[in-house]
Amino acid sequence: MEALINFAPYTGWVYPNETVFEWSILIAVYPYITGLVAGAFTVSSLYQVFGFERLKPVAHLALLTSFSFMVFVPLPLLIHLGHAERAFNATITPHLTSAMAMFGFFASFYVFLLLLEIWFAYRPYIVDQAQTKTGLLGRFYKVLTLGSYDVSEKTLSWDKKWIFALACIGIPGAHGLHGYVGFMYGSVKAREWWSSDLMPVIFLFSAIISGVSLLAVLYVVTCKWRKIPVDLPCLKTLAYTIWSFIMVAFVLESLEFGSMVYKGREGIDMIMQYVTGPLLVPYFVLQFAIGAVTPLLWLSYMIWRGTTGRALVIGVTVSACLVLFSVFMMRWNVVIGGQEISKTGKGLLSYQLPFFGKEGALVGILIVLAPFGLLAIINKFFPIWSEKTTHSNHV
Amino acid sequence: MTNENSKPPVTARRAFLTKLGGAGAVVGAASLGLAPALAAKKEAPAEGASFPTKDYDWTKHKWGFGVDATKCIGCLRCVEACKTENNVPHNAHQFRTWVERYVKIEGDEHVHIDSQSDPVNIAASGSEKEFRFANRYKDAKVEKAFFVPKLCNQCSNPSCVQVCPTGATYRTKDGVVLIDPTYCIGCRYCIQACPYGVRYFNEDKGIADKCNWCYHRITKGLNPACVEACPVGARIFGDQNDKQSPVSLFIRNNRVDVLRPDTGNAPNLFYVGIDKEVN
Repeated sequence: MEALINFAPYTGWVYPNETVFEWSILIAVYPYITGLVAGAFTVSSLYQVFGFERLKPVAHLALLTSFSFMVFVPLPLLIHLGHAERAFNATITPHLTSAMAMFGFFASFYVFLLLLEIWFAYRPYIVDQAQTKTGLLGRFYKVLTLGSYDVSEKTLSWDKKWIFALACIGIPGAHGLHGYVGFMYGSVKAREWWSSDLMPVIFLFSAIISGVSLLAVLYVVTCKWRKIPVDLPCLKTLAYTIWSFIMVAFVLESLEFGSMVYKGREGIDMIMQYVTGPLLVPYFVLQFAIGAVTPLLWLSYMIWRGTTGRALVIGVTVSACLVLFSVFMMRWNVVIGGQEISKTGKGLLSYQLPFFGKEGALVGILIVLAPFGLLAIINKFFPIWSEKTTHSNHV
Repeated sequence: MTNENSKPPVTARRAFLTKLGGAGAVVGAASLGLAPALAAKKEAPAEGASFPTKDYDWTKHKWGFGVDATKCIGCLRCVEACKTENNVPHNAHQFRTWVERYVKIEGDEHVHIDSQSDPVNIAASGSEKEFRFANRYKDAKVEKAFFVPKLCNQCSNPSCVQVCPTGATYRTKDGVVLIDPTYCIGCRYCIQACPYGVRYFNEDKGIADKCNWCYHRITKGLNPACVEACPVGARIFGDQNDKQSPVSLFIRNNRVDVLRPDTGNAPNLFYVGIDKEVN
C-alpha cells in the first residue's frame, strides 16, 4: 500500500512538521504555465500595441497560446487542494489579506479579456464560417457571431480599436497576474529563500522570456509542420526580445542572490551550504549556466555576426528551448528549493520527486503538455494562420 | 445660466483638475483605509459574545501560554497527551506540540539539536507512537543542555491568518488562532507562512491543522491537555486579563522572551530559560 504521506530525509535540525513537503511539482508547474501565459501575451502586445509589424506571423499564435495555457493554470492548484470542491470559497468569500485569494478574480478577468480579444480578432472569420458552414458547426459559428454579421470596413476598423484597447489593458493584466504570483512567494517572510521584494519582478521577467521562447519554438515547429519557410525577420525579432529580457532577468536574479548573501542574515550559512551543495547543479549549472548564460551568449554571437538562414533558426530554437528549461528550473528551485531550506535555518531537507501519483512528475508533465493539445484543437476551429479571414493588419 | 462648454479653456481645465484632485483624494483616502486592513487580519468572523458555547464569552478572555524551559525534563508526556487529546496522526512527522533538546558539547562549535521525531529517538522508543529522548550523549562532555517545548504561538499578527485565502483560519476574540475544518480548502499556504513550523497537513481530513491550546477545553474552564500532563509545571496557561492567573504571574515575575520577534507576529507564547540558538 502506498504511504499516505512521504517524509523527506534531512540533515541538521529541522522542525518535525517540516519533514513533509507540502508544495510539490504541481506548485512549480503553476507559476511556470502562468509565466508562459504572460510571456506569450507580451508578444501579442508587441504586435497589437507597439506595432512590431515583423511579429505578425506569430500574433494570433501568441494570443491563442496565451489562452490555451491560461485555461490550464488553475488545474495544478485544483489537483493540489485538499478540498478542491471548496475551491470557490476563496472567490465567494475571499480573504482580502491573502495574496492567494485574489487569484480567482485576476485569472477570471484575464480569461475574459483574452476571450474578448480573440473574438474581435477572429470576428471576420467567425462571420464567414457562420455564413458558409452548415449543420452543427454552422450553428456553433452562428452563436459565436453574437448576432453581428457586419464586417464592413467601418466595423472592422472599430474591431481593431477594440483589439488595441484590450491589448493595452491586457499588458498590465497579464503581467500583473504573473507579478502577483511572484508576490505570493516573495511575501512569505517565514522562508528566507522566498522572502524578497525582487521576487515579483524576477518572476515577471522570467515569465516574459519563457513565453517568448515558447512562441519561437512553436513558430519554428509549426512552420516545419506546415512545410513553409520560417519568416526570418519575425524569428529574429523574437530572438532580440528574448535576448534583451534574458539580460534583465539574469541581472535581477543575480542581484537578489547577491543581496541575500551580502546581507547575511540569520540562516545564511545554511543557504550557502545549500547552494554550494544540493543546489549547485540545479541552480548554477542547469538554471544559470546552461539555461541562461548559454542562450545569452549564443544569441549575442548570432546578433553580432548577423547570422541568418538555417543557422539562425537552429540557434534561436535551441536557445529558446534552453530558456524554457531554465525558467522551469527557476520555478523548481524557488518552490522546492525554498522548502528544502529549513525554517530553522539550521537544517536541509531533500525532496524526492515521485513519478506516479497525484503529486508526481507524470501529472506535472501532462499539465504542461495539455495546453498544446488544446491549442491544436482551437486551431481547427480558429485557424491561426488564416490570412484571408482575420484582421490582417495591426492597428 | 452658463453652459459648461462655453467656459474659457483655462477655467474648464481648472474645473477638470479640481475634479481630478477630488477623485485622487477619494482614492487616496480609500487606500489609506484599506492599507491597515491588508496588513493583518485581527477580527474574528463572528461578532457575537457567546462562542463557541452559549455560556462562554470570548470577549472576556485573553489567553496566554508560558513555557519555563528551565523546568522541562523532556519526558514528552505533553506530546503524548496532545496526540491523544486532539487525534493528531500517530507518526513521527506531524505534531501540534513537540519538545526540542539542545546540547552543547565541549569542543563542538555548534549546539546539537533534536526532537522526539529524530530517527535515533524513534529507534530508542521502538515506535512512532511512543516518544523518548535517546540517551545519545551519555559518553560526551556536555557543557550545557536543556529542553524547549514548542507549540502554536497564537500570534497577535498571525502570518497564517494573513495568507489564508478563504478566512478558514482566523483569530478569535480571546486570542486563539483557529481553523474552520469545514471551510479550509487545503491549499497549505498557511503551513508555508508560519515561521514556527507549527502547522501540518492532515491528509485524512484534507485540511491544515495545528495546536489551538485545546480550545475545546479552555472554553470550559479546563487547562490544555499538555499543561495537565506536564509533571513539572513547565507549561503555564491562563487568562492574561486575570492579573492573578498563572500566566499573568509568570509574565510579571520573569523576564520573558518570545520566538522570532523580528517577524512582527507578536506571539502570545512566552518563554523563560531559552538560549540564543532557540528559534
